Amino acid sequence: MPAVQETVDRVRRIDVDQYRYGFETLIESEKAPKGLSEDTVRFISAKKNEPEWMLQWRLEAYRRWLTMREPTWARVDYPKIDYQEIYYYAAPKPKKQVNSLDEIDPEILKTYEKLGIPLREVAMLEGIEPRVGETDPVKSKIAVDAVFDSVSVATTFKEELKKAGVIFMPISEAIREHPELVQKYLGSVVPTSDNFFATLNSAVFSDGSFVYVPPGVRCPMELSTYFRINERNTGQFERTLIIADKGSYVSYLEGCTAPQRDENQLHAAVVELVALDDAEIKYSTVQNWYPGNSEGLGGIYNFVTKRGDCRGRNSKISWTQVETGSAITWKYPSCILRGDNSRGEFYSIAISNGFQQVDSGTKMLHLGKNTSSRIISKGIAAGKSQNTYRGLVTAHRKATGARNFTACDSLLIGDKCGAHTVPYIEAKNSSATFEHEATTSKISEDVLFYCTQRGLSEEEAVGLVVNGFVKDVLQQLPMEFAVEAQKLISISLEGSVG
Amino acid sequence: MALLEVRDLHVRVEDREILHGLDLTVNAGEVHAIMGPNGSGKSTLSHVIAGKPGYEVTDGQILFKGEDLLAMEPDERAAKGVFLAFQYPVEIPGVATMNFLRTALNAQRKARGEDEYSTPDFLKKVREVAKSLNIPQDMLKRGVNVGFSGGEKKRNEVLQMALFEPSLCILDEMDSGLDIDALRIAADGVNALRSPDRAMVVITHYQRLLNYIVPDFVHVMSRGRVVKSGDKQLALELEASGYAQFEDAA
Ligand SMILES: Nc1ncnc2c1ncn2[C@@H]1O[C@H](COP(=O)(O)OP(=O)(O)OP(=O)(O)O)[C@@H](O)[C@H]1O
Ligand SMILES: [Mg+2]
Repeated sequence: MPAVQETVDRVRRIDVDQYRYGFETLIESEKAPKGLSEDTVRFISAKKNEPEWMLQWRLEAYRRWLTMREPTWARVDYPKIDYQEIYYYAAPKPKKQVNSLDEIDPEILKTYEKLGIPLREVAMLEGIEPRVGETDPVKSKIAVDAVFDSVSVATTFKEELKKAGVIFMPISEAIREHPELVQKYLGSVVPTSDNFFATLNSAVFSDGSFVYVPPGVRCPMELSTYFRINERNTGQFERTLIIADKGSYVSYLEGCTAPQRDENQLHAAVVELVALDDAEIKYSTVQNWYPGNSEGLGGIYNFVTKRGDCRGRNSKISWTQVETGSAITWKYPSCILRGDNSRGEFYSIAISNGFQQVDSGTKMLHLGKNTSSRIISKGIAAGKSQNTYRGLVTAHRKATGARNFTACDSLLIGDKCGAHTVPYIEAKNSSATFEHEATTSKISEDVLFYCTQRGLSEEEAVGLVVNGFVKDVLQQLPMEFAVEAQKLISISLEGSVG
Repeated sequence: MALLEVRDLHVRVEDREILHGLDLTVNAGEVHAIMGPNGSGKSTLSHVIAGKPGYEVTDGQILFKGEDLLAMEPDERAAKGVFLAFQYPVEIPGVATMNFLRTALNAQRKARGEDEYSTPDFLKKVREVAKSLNIPQDMLKRGVNVGFSGGEKKRNEVLQMALFEPSLCILDEMDSGLDIDALRIAADGVNALRSPDRAMVVITHYQRLLNYIVPDFVHVMSRGRVVKSGDKQLALELEASGYAQFEDAA
């Protein structure tokens, strides 16, 4: 209840053409030379003090990438990217070694404050309503591994995690401190040769998060990373690797915002999840990057490869995403259901407004026996945007008893936008049961009038109706994120009526 | 000053004139009934008063408490005290009724420069009103009107009316789809809201409703005009003789 009121208030406070998170932080940065070459790759690897095997891994990816072509099958349209005009590495210069939050550059802390990101524990608990029947403050804690530009500068709650045996650190650190784990799992879900953008990422990734949850451990808190793109012309190449060992559980939250820019910014992240026997990973994203201005200029190009491998029996991976930002979104968080009885879930809200283009969906690849998957996708298109759901569900020959349920609902606001659904289904096993439902609707004039007659402005009415439309997916998010997501949904629909 | 003053109202929808010079004056404290055959323009009138988009007012004016109502957005009108109980209330999936009520009530209060209700005060108020209308609590947890029976939808409209305390209540066929008991409960709810500074405009086809909500004035609409006005006797006459006598007058 209060969340919706907050949404309404928030919308009131915001100017339509002002992207609230569009400010820069004055941090000196250290850049790699512009453009991509073996030298760039070596520079990045050296900057990170990487072992030789890591450098070789990157170089192999780079050479592979040179032979690949940018994919063109998605329903997105953008000017040709000149990969030699991009800076591939930038880091804020650490003034000194950081041991605690108090020592972090106040500029950076201020940035987070403006974003409303709850870095400090107090702030984390402030304004957050505990879930009904869940008042344990430890449970509402969020560990933040803040990625500022390309380097992690703050890590909280490390101690508590350490006690539980959970490893949560920047991947650059993990490469040095836990090489055996990284070598074993990095690229094991998304191989270096996977696709153009993933291969590029493998060559030049700057940083990201690494999580390892040991057998039988239930991670004591939600793990969270906030991304922020801050350097002009700096491509962001995050790399995240999460491993849930046998019988463990972890919930990971990712969220990002970016400052206003005229130039397009390329982002090509890779996220790999591995769930072993009886393990569960819940991965939630709220994405709010700069979508471009009212003429469709600027905005982030977001080409992401996210894949989870349900490697063990009875394992489970669940993706939940709220996508409101970016000029272009090309993103298909997927599950490989390898272990018998494993389960994959994909819950998505994708909102496009202005000139945004979204081509997003999921792949559920059923390989093991009695595997199941569930896809709930809510696409909302407003303004002159295009919103495509693209999904693939396959059952391998040996995947007896595979089950999938897919529901794709699209909502159109106005008549200059488009919503498209492109489902591919392939069952090579006759015992597979795949169900698919799809609906497309418009926000009806009658519903809007009903709301305005009761005192809501048209914009508030749209926010309310859309929040109702996506409720099933919002419910999948951890409480703190759900509140934030609701706000974003209303913000991103500004100017979509009238 | 009249609460509502409709003067020589001409309204078009898609190039077709539907109201052809309608006059209506409603004072605070009064209950007016509007009757008339299907398609005579009753719902159109209520929509134009509430500000539904899609209607073009080509002539005439509507004054509410002396102010030009036609210059206001629908939400402004609501905050000023105009309430329309819909003939066909819509469903809003995923938006809990309780949430909707609170958001709307606080939006109105804010627009009037009043404090928002605190959660306990709000809950207390809703519970009281819901109880008086025989609305079970768990209905309020469901999506707005989603899966409500016809009667429940109408009761939900009266609930909102009671909650928002508007000064002008327009009820468009609140009796349609209600069984005898539900009708009595809803009518009692409406009667409880009668007050010297509030007026009601009750649109109906049936004299029966007017036995429960007794009007001070009855107007007959035909082909986009008010063709006859009288007291509650007029409704009884209509029940006996039908609308045919007015077709020519229009
Ligand atoms: N959006 C519209 N487009 C075209 N015609 C319309 C529209 N809305 C109303 N009309 C027409 O205007 C006339 C009056 O309709 P209205 O709904 O106001 O009648 P009513 O008196 O409320 O009827 P009923 O008793 O059946 O509810 C009808 O002929 C109807 O078809
Ligand atoms: Mg009608």
